[in-house]
Amino acid sequence: MIGICSYGGYVPRYRLNRGLIFAGIGWMNAASIALARGEKAVANFDEDSLTLAVAAGIDALTGIDREKVEGVYFASTTMPYKERLNAGIITGALGLDEHVRSADFSGGLKAGTTALLSAIESVESKRINNLLVTVSDCRLGKPASSQEMLFGDAAVAFLVGDENVIAEFKDSYSVTIDFSDHFRGASAKYDRQWEDRWIRDLGFAQFIPAAVNGLLEKTDLAMSVFAKVVYPCHYPAARKKLNKVLGIAPEQEQNNLQAEIGESGTPHSLVMLAAALEEAKPGDKILVVSYGSGCDALCFEVTENINKKNGAKGISGSLANKAELDNYTKLLVWRDILPADFGLRMEEDQWTRFSSLYRMRKFILGLWGTKCKECGTPQIPPQRICVNPDCGAVGKMDPIRFSDKVGHVTSYTGDNLAASYDPPSIYGQIEFEGGGRFMFDITDCSFDDMSTDMAVSMSFRRKYYDEKRDLSGYFWKAVPVKEVK
Amino acid sequence: MADGIKDKVAILGMGCTRFGERWESGAEDLMVESFMECLEDAGIEKKEIQAAYLGSHFIDVNIGRGATPLSTTLHLPYIPVTRTENFCATATEAFRAACYSVAAGVYDIVLALGVEKLKDTGYGGLPGGVGGGVNAHMVGFNGTAPGMFALLATAYARKWGIPMEKVKDAIAHVSAKSHANGAINPKAHLRRVISEEQIKAAPMIAYPLGLFDCCGVSDGSACAIVTTPEIAKSLKPNEDIVKVKALAISLSSGEESTYNNWDGSYFATTRIAAAKAYEEAGIKNAREELSMMEVHDCFSITEFVTMEDLQISPKGGAYEDVMSGFYDLDGTVPCQVDGGLKCYGHPIGASGLRMIYAMYEQILDRVPEERKVKNARSGLTHNLGGSPSQNVAAISIIGKD
Repeated sequence: MIGICSYGGYVPRYRLNRGLIFAGIGWMNAASIALARGEKAVANFDEDSLTLAVAAGIDALTGIDREKVEGVYFASTTMPYKERLNAGIITGALGLDEHVRSADFSGGLKAGTTALLSAIESVESKRINNLLVTVSDCRLGKPASSQEMLFGDAAVAFLVGDENVIAEFKDSYSVTIDFSDHFRGASAKYDRQWEDRWIRDLGFAQFIPAAVNGLLEKTDLAMSVFAKVVYPCHYPAARKKLNKVLGIAPEQEQNNLQAEIGESGTPHSLVMLAAALEEAKPGDKILVVSYGSGCDALCFEVTENINKKNGAKGISGSLANKAELDNYTKLLVWRDILPADFGLRMEEDQWTRFSSLYRMRKFILGLWGTKCKECGTPQIPPQRICVNPDCGAVGKMDPIRFSDKVGHVTSYTGDNLAASYDPPSIYGQIEFEGGGRFMFDITDCSFDDMSTDMAVSMSFRRKYYDEKRDLSGYFWKAVPVKEVK
Repeated sequence: MADGIKDKVAILGMGCTRFGERWESGAEDLMVESFMECLEDAGIEKKEIQAAYLGSHFIDVNIGRGATPLSTTLHLPYIPVTRTENFCATATEAFRAACYSVAAGVYDIVLALGVEKLKDTGYGGLPGGVGGGVNAHMVGFNGTAPGMFALLATAYARKWGIPMEKVKDAIAHVSAKSHANGAINPKAHLRRVISEEQIKAAPMIAYPLGLFDCCGVSDGSACAIVTTPEIAKSLKPNEDIVKVKALAISLSSGEESTYNNWDGSYFATTRIAAAKAYEEAGIKNAREELSMMEVHDCFSITEFVTMEDLQISPKGGAYEDVMSGFYDLDGTVPCQVDGGLKCYGHPIGASGLRMIYAMYEQILDRVPEERKVKNARSGLTHNLGGSPSQNVAAISIIGKD
């Protein structure tokens, strides 16, 4: 049996009430009031599609031995690098073995399901036992555009394999059409779209039924057998029409999370699938359809293993961990739409030495430190000579991963002098449970939340962006561990 | 068997510029200014200087690399000149190197000069740049000096379980005292008397440090000419001779930042350097034997915890001493008698020598009555560079017999 063995999700903590967008720039597009309902998920200033994918990947690998993961696929249309394997960075961040297969999938928004299908078929080939599929996007709509209202940021990840399968893959059907409803050129920052009526009446209304009917015919299944039908389409009228045409009953329709997350692009149908799996029962059949330059339709059947909970947060866990982004201009500054004055301090040029980054990759990407074989002291950054003054052993170190450890704040400050996208810059000394300590930036919290001894977990973030060289640098930050109600 | 520096070296002369935003002066002007005062005080000619040490920290916004900026500015006649750099302890390192070369018997008369021109960056605070190495921005937290030292405050409050308001009260007194001392010093950068209420109400720079918890970012230069006590006595037969009693330095071993045995509330290095300095100088009880101190008050909280690290106040007990005025100009052990880094100013590579200058002019009774420390026979300087978790602590003790 081959299929999904585990799933995880990540929705950024910040949610922007669409009313704030309208309040800020609705004067430019009065008709956008129609879209100004609910909230959208917004990546923090130090997040991008790649860090979101890492967070979802970590969630999907909860309770799973990372040494056994044999590859990483990453699907997104907003990858930070055109050349430099984005999935390679994710592989490093997840602390996986380097002798694995990794690949990026991009282009159309259906790249997520295509990556999932490719992983499934790779495992079917029996030449690989499992693959982690990570999917995310952070698409940008121009200020005052409908996309700005509609789009939200999210990520999802699935471990595909043939052991402990929770949702067995049954079959798929694909349609590929060069239908440029949305497009971005190689250097475009913003999404551009053709007329809504054309997208709705020709795009969604034509291609989703083509994929769904193709799959039903191929598998000889009726729509009524599915417990849930997952498809992305943010036009309410088009959804109504599609449900009617395809015979999808209200209880079968999976919520598209438009009011909670927004249209998240490449991951969207799979974010909905992860949400559906959280509620699924053994024996449920789930139909998943992606959309973008065509469609992939996939059929899964949920197994008994769905009842074994691994502790992953999932989409609902991420959704529950939320903070209001109370100011529309913050988003504009974070996305470099509004050129704010960060002060001359920000202009100090510090460029990345790739040969150095390569040497330090285990530490920087995976947050690996060392553990002394002689005295057992964990230490980070990696040391050659044991830091324990009573030991001092030389060259007797084992690698140890700190990215999954819980730490505690032993000192902190909020620095208003440091150039920051979200002042004050919060940082402090983090002491890891079991040993090891390091000074980390602290993110996804407000300064008022800070106190000494509070627990933190580690999160992979975009540490800096070198505008001159279009280069994103990544490292780990501390995030306060919150009780999610 | 090595027996330390005590009484092996004498200070023949010193010079120190006015510190401040010296927009009209470049590093070269500042070097000449402090050097001419020093040379006159020493009563020798330039050609009698046999070797020199230049202390300067920020190469990228200052004079560049190497020691030629000193040799070519002063036109030193082809003598050996060496650059020293060790964060904020840079000038103390220049002084230390000069003293050791005299004590070693290699040279008779040696110059140590520190200089820093900070106010050419275009922004407040210390310059950024690649001080932590070319890879620091990849993994280092996004912080500045006030933030790094502010960490001491939250860690101190955590360790001793005292409310931050109480810490704020004490560090406000620390700054108010330095402002009072700086206000009456014509060479000081910041010369306004500021009340504790004003200090506590100032804009927050890095919690819990407000504007007045931070020292001045200044331009300036300070220098010393050192020699043997015998030569000093022969050149100045009718004057008191100020001798070096101790020079101790300690650097972080990496335990503070990497091993879980340091709580972040104190300076491990200062504690060790202080113990070594007292041993070298033969001081048994620093609280009772020292006349005065000039410590590294880059931030008020730094001075506050340093009072404990130097064994003057009991651990966890600096609050009572600070609030009682023990360290005020008319207190038992006056601290920051010239205004400190806080108000005299902090040109990084000159500060260590400026501290020694402050002790030197008091010991030789050269200050006006209103600034005078009573019975000033010996003084301690404490110069700290880096951050609380990775730093260098340098302590000098000088005195007259």
